[in-house]
Parts: sequence; structure tokens; C-alpha cells
Amino acid sequence: MKEVAFYGDGLPYSSIEDLPGKLIVLEGTDGVGRSTHIQLLRKWLEEEGFGVSDTGLTRSPMTQPGLDAAKAGNTLGRLAMSLFYATDFADRLENQIIPALKAGFYVLSDRYFYSVIARDVVRGADPEWARKLYGFALKPDMVFYLRAGLPTLVARIVHGRGFDFWESGMDIRCANNLYDSFCSYQTLVIQQFDQMVDEFGFITIDATRSVEQVFQDLRTHIQALEGLETPAED
Amino acid sequence: MLQPNSYAGKLIVVEGIDGSGKSTQIDLLFKWLQSQKRSVYFSEWNSSELVKSTTRLGKKRKMFTPTTFSLLQATDFADRWENRILPLLKAGVIVVADRYAFTAFGRDVARGVGRQWVRNLYSFAIQPDIAFYFRVPLDIAVDRIMMSRAKLKYYEAGMDLGLSDNTVTSFRLFQQRIIDEYEQMITEFGFTVIDGTLPIQAQQQRVRRVARKILQDWRGLPVPDQIAGGS
Repeated sequence: MKEVAFYGDGLPYSSIEDLPGKLIVLEGTDGVGRSTHIQLLRKWLEEEGFGVSDTGLTRSPMTQPGLDAAKAGNTLGRLAMSLFYATDFADRLENQIIPALKAGFYVLSDRYFYSVIARDVVRGADPEWARKLYGFALKPDMVFYLRAGLPTLVARIVHGRGFDFWESGMDIRCANNLYDSFCSYQTLVIQQFDQMVDEFGFITIDATRSVEQVFQDLRTHIQALEGLETPAED
Repeated sequence: MLQPNSYAGKLIVVEGIDGSGKSTQIDLLFKWLQSQKRSVYFSEWNSSELVKSTTRLGKKRKMFTPTTFSLLQATDFADRWENRILPLLKAGVIVVADRYAFTAFGRDVARGVGRQWVRNLYSFAIQPDIAFYFRVPLDIAVDRIMMSRAKLKYYEAGMDLGLSDNTVTSFRLFQQRIIDEYEQMITEFGFTVIDGTLPIQAQQQRVRRVARKILQDWRGLPVPDQIAGGS
């Protein structure tokens, strides 16, 4: 990383001076193709000879079982959910992301805390509280915001994994059926992301285009990062 | 800064290091309030079912960092807050809590997280009507703990901080840091300080005297057999 910087106090008890790896984040709502592009980027970077590590929300071995169980029940409140997700994030940051960056890996993060804040705020959290909560988070080298409007998302979800309870915001009952709730909820989440573009320096990528076009864009940006030369192409 | 209590109920909490005698005192207070035919609910630190399995896993495998430890306990508190404490306060119940946000402000900061950061975590919670702080010299608290417990646990002793390889030494250093934080909170949060070296009954008299003051001329939620009028 060019410099090790945090959004707030960081991790005051640990001294992290140098992180030779790079932290690249792919953000965006459900159905914008983040996981597809993580796979493509991983393949490309490995072909270039870089070590790559990837991570995504709720993948902490410590919190994943408990968080899954909590989401399956019906007593998980808004505050407890925000804090449980923050625990998951902190565990992955300290036990996966930072060690990988220390070892010089490219870390590809499928979402970061921005998604969690967007969803928390839509559920009624105080935006200021939610931001301060993540004062321990490391500032990534690059954050791509894969942006697509509602029609694209609907098409991808219908032809993909189908409507899901949480992705449709059914816990807050945006509407009395999955489709309408999905549309209202995702619209609110997109608004939150749009507001964060300048605040967190997102690079907005038009994700309504083909996978190949989007991937070319991402690759060009990453090539421009310090330390990574343009791959030898004839 | 915690928000003032704007709910119908009352909130009374006890704080102090391990071995300060606070749990004994809150238990006596709780039973006394029940005998006074008050609607009262007891809540204990780190007791939510929601995070229990995660806490167990983290402790067993020693996976916690100061930040994840702090966040998971805040999750536990938030769950109790949303599902128990807040609804009952709104209903007019006296909620008594064995440890409250101040425990996090003490322990988590002693572990190394930022003071303001952890205060923000709990900023949804209210300032209690009474926050008792049981003050005891470190030696007395340590003696009490060593007498009652076979072995200090890893996180309890603050072994994760790497202060000492000796559990008892580590425990002492960790508890002293917590005492230092508590002492600073006395004015910050208006603690009612109780001398934890006094006989149990003498402490309880003081506790009840303070509680009586906030409860006189206050009704709260009636208990059902009062509503039925004994008929």
C-alpha cells in the first residue's frame, strides 16, 4: 500500500508500519456482478505472477456460524445486526486482510464496510454512528463501485439466484411481496452508495455493460496502480 | 456521552472490577425490589443467546483481538438492549444490570481500543438513573477472586495483552488498568461510589438508601397481583 491509513483511530494496540500488498475493493448492490469480477481479476493477477487472496462479508470463521444462525431467527435487531457485521469485518481485517497485505498479497475484497453502512442506514441507523464504528478500518488502495440501475439488477437476480429475503429488505417490509420490496430496498441502497462516491473516493464503473467491458475497465485502473507495470501484450 | 433516560422505567447498574462485590450487592437489591412489589428485571453482562456460540468459539480458539472482543460484547449488549432492556424501560420496569457500557469503557480501553471509539459504540444506550461503582483496593479484589476460583481464565486474566506470562501477575496488571479507567469515569458519568471493603450489609444499606431516593413518589409498572387487587 502507498501508505497505511485508517478511517479513524485504526488499531491503536498494533503497530502496522508497512503493508507491501494491495487492497482492492469491489462494491455495489446485490446482482452487479462483483463475484464474477473477483474471479476474473484473481485469474488475471495470478497469471501476472501476483499472490492473490480474496475475502467477502460474513466469511469470518469466528462469526459466520453465529451470524448465519442469528439471521435465520427472528430476534436479530438492527443494532445487534450492525455490530455483529462489524465484528465479522474486524475479524477478517485483522486475521486475514492485514496478514495477507503484510505478506505482499493482492487482497480482493468482495464488498467492504461501505455496503454494511449503506444497509444499516437504510434500516434506520445513524449514518454518523455507523461511520465512526468503522474507524478501525484500513483505507483500501482502490474501491470500485460497480453501479447498475434497478432494471439491470432485477434481470440479473431473476436469471440468477432469485429473490432473497434479506436482499429484498423483507426484514423491514419495504412492501408486502418480494418483488416490490426488492425494488424499493435496492433503490434506497443505491441512493446510499451514490452518496458515498465522493466521501470515500469510489471509482464508479458502469456495470450495465458486458462482463468483458467492465473487466477491461477494472484492469486498466489496477494497472495504473503504483508498482504494477502494464502487462506485456504484443 | 450517553443520552438521558426519557423512558417510563428506571435503570440501575453496578460496576467495579472482578471481586469488588458488585454482583452480591445487585442481587440483594434485586430481591429487595421484588419484595417491595416492584416490577423489576435483571440483566447480566455477556448473557445474550445471540452471540453465545461465537463467544465460546472465539475464547476456545483464542481468536479475539481487542477490537473483535469489544465489538462482540457490544453486539451482545445491543441484543439485550433491543429485545429486553429497552422494551421493559418503555413499559415502566426497573431494570437492574450487573455491568453496563462502563465495563466496556474500562476493559476494552484497558485492552487498547480508543476511548472515543468504544463510547460511540454504546451511544444508543442511556445514562442510568444510578450507576454504582464498587471501589476496592486491587489486593482485596485479587484475594477474593483467588479464594473463590480454581483458575483464572485466559481472557479474564488479560493474557491476550501479553503483559506477563504469569496468570496472576497478568490479572493484576489488567485489573489495575481497568481501575484507572473507572476512576476517570466517576465524574464523567456521575458514578455513586460505594466502599467495597465495608461489610456486605453496610454496603447494601447505602445502596438501598440511594435507590429509595429515586423511587419515592414514582409508581412504575404495577405487578399483576396488585392489579387483581387480591381478588
